[in-house]
Amino acid sequence: MPTSFWGWIVYLWKAYWPLLLKGAWTSLYISFLGTAIAFVIGLIVAVLRSTPDPSRQQPVRYWMVRALKFLLSAYVEVFRGTPLMVQAMVIYYGLMQYAHIRLPLFVASMVIVGLNTGAYMAEIMRSGIRSVDAGQREAAASLGMTHWQTMLCVVLPQAIRNVLPSVGNEVVVNVKDTSVLNVIAVSELYFVGKSASGTYLKFFEVYSIIAAMYLIITFGLSKLLEWVEKKMIGPENYELIRNEEEPGRE
Amino acid sequence: MSDALFRIEHLEKSFGTHEVLTDINFTVQSGQVISIIGVSGTGKSTLLRCINRLEEPTGGKIYFHDEDICGPHFDLNKYRAKVGMVFQQFNLFSNMTVLDNCVVGQTRVLKRSKSQAEEIARKYLKKVGMAEYQSAKPDQISGGMKQRVAIARTLSMDPEVILFDEPTSALDPELIGEVLDVMRDLAVNSGLTMLVVTHEMSFARELSDRVVFMENGSIVEDDSPSVIFENPKMPRTREFLNRMLAKH
Repeated sequence: MPTSFWGWIVYLWKAYWPLLLKGAWTSLYISFLGTAIAFVIGLIVAVLRSTPDPSRQQPVRYWMVRALKFLLSAYVEVFRGTPLMVQAMVIYYGLMQYAHIRLPLFVASMVIVGLNTGAYMAEIMRSGIRSVDAGQREAAASLGMTHWQTMLCVVLPQAIRNVLPSVGNEVVVNVKDTSVLNVIAVSELYFVGKSASGTYLKFFEVYSIIAAMYLIITFGLSKLLEWVEKKMIGPENYELIRNEEEPGRE
Repeated sequence: MSDALFRIEHLEKSFGTHEVLTDINFTVQSGQVISIIGVSGTGKSTLLRCINRLEEPTGGKIYFHDEDICGPHFDLNKYRAKVGMVFQQFNLFSNMTVLDNCVVGQTRVLKRSKSQAEEIARKYLKKVGMAEYQSAKPDQISGGMKQRVAIARTLSMDPEVILFDEPTSALDPELIGEVLDVMRDLAVNSGLTMLVVTHEMSFARELSDRVVFMENGSIVEDDSPSVIFENPKMPRTREFLNRMLAKH
């Protein structure tokens, strides 16, 4: 048996590295895919919530839109206002007990992380849509573009670019927050750590390894997202096209 | 019934209790170049924005080819495609290249093919002297260039009329000339109807068929530039022009 801290680190790594890596991979893909699902949910919720109310002269449409908007804001409030861990328990065991559905853990993780982060994402996207200058919308309107064309071609591309740093932040937060999924026995990184530390009762050593692994994942992700942001802003320079008879692109 | 392009009758606009436009009446014939002048905050821009319903009028009527633009079955988007607008702050789509700015309205609203739209966009970018910059993004070019692209974007829609909302007011003095040159060319050669809210007295004087002087949300005087600039009937018009021309 090792006697020093570093000795234990090496020993534990040698004993558990396949499990630890598998746990890290699980954490990574749950948080990444979960955030991707949340992004889509957030986008849809924010776009629907930002549509102008139809006129009261069409009462059926008016009240349907108002009811939908109410449900969407209720969704945001409920999922932002309760802890992820509690949501995991309620959804997973609730479905099992009352609907007799035993969700596969992978699906359950996606649903829980997606719905939870989707609520935050909806608010992030809403602020992104609001951050787009009103003049952009007016210019699109003045060309005769419809609300949806304006959203699709002008507002959303700019809104998404503006919120990308916050979206990246959510991915990083989720890498860590997926650790609470251990309550429904998803074998992500923290869950693996719990079983590994139990064997030799070396909590400090095991969790030091776990902490380092989380840090490597989150640091790598934030670098990746920085790169994506740069890509989305586009090239800093442009080419002068001298002879417009021969267009420079297909 | 008349063959007027626009007929504006008793137009009113208030924001809450604040009345911005009071009983505006005037007609625009096809092909006319009309300058709207007056001190800032007098409702000139609001008038223009009511004409393409970026602001909803609160009273009166606006007719386009004898059709009420606030009527219940009026196709607003189709109308806006025919009524171009050039903004003080340019409002180029910042997520698109110069070329795409001039293409998106054509493909989405007029349903032109991409290649046809690009060809038309290049034609007008060339006209405003911006063809070389078609792959640039708006924040990479100067204000004067942006405004010229904005004019090309509007021209690409082949509108019947263009509304210019103080197109040179946000520009540094040395950049105003290049935009005025483009507008001058349009006023003289294109046959387009132009409604221009402007502080450029030289443009109003030399290039318009009519000059409308506004004060406190009303039209004070509406006449040919020679009358307005040389022999205005209303003392308030004279006062305003003396102040404007003294500055230059």
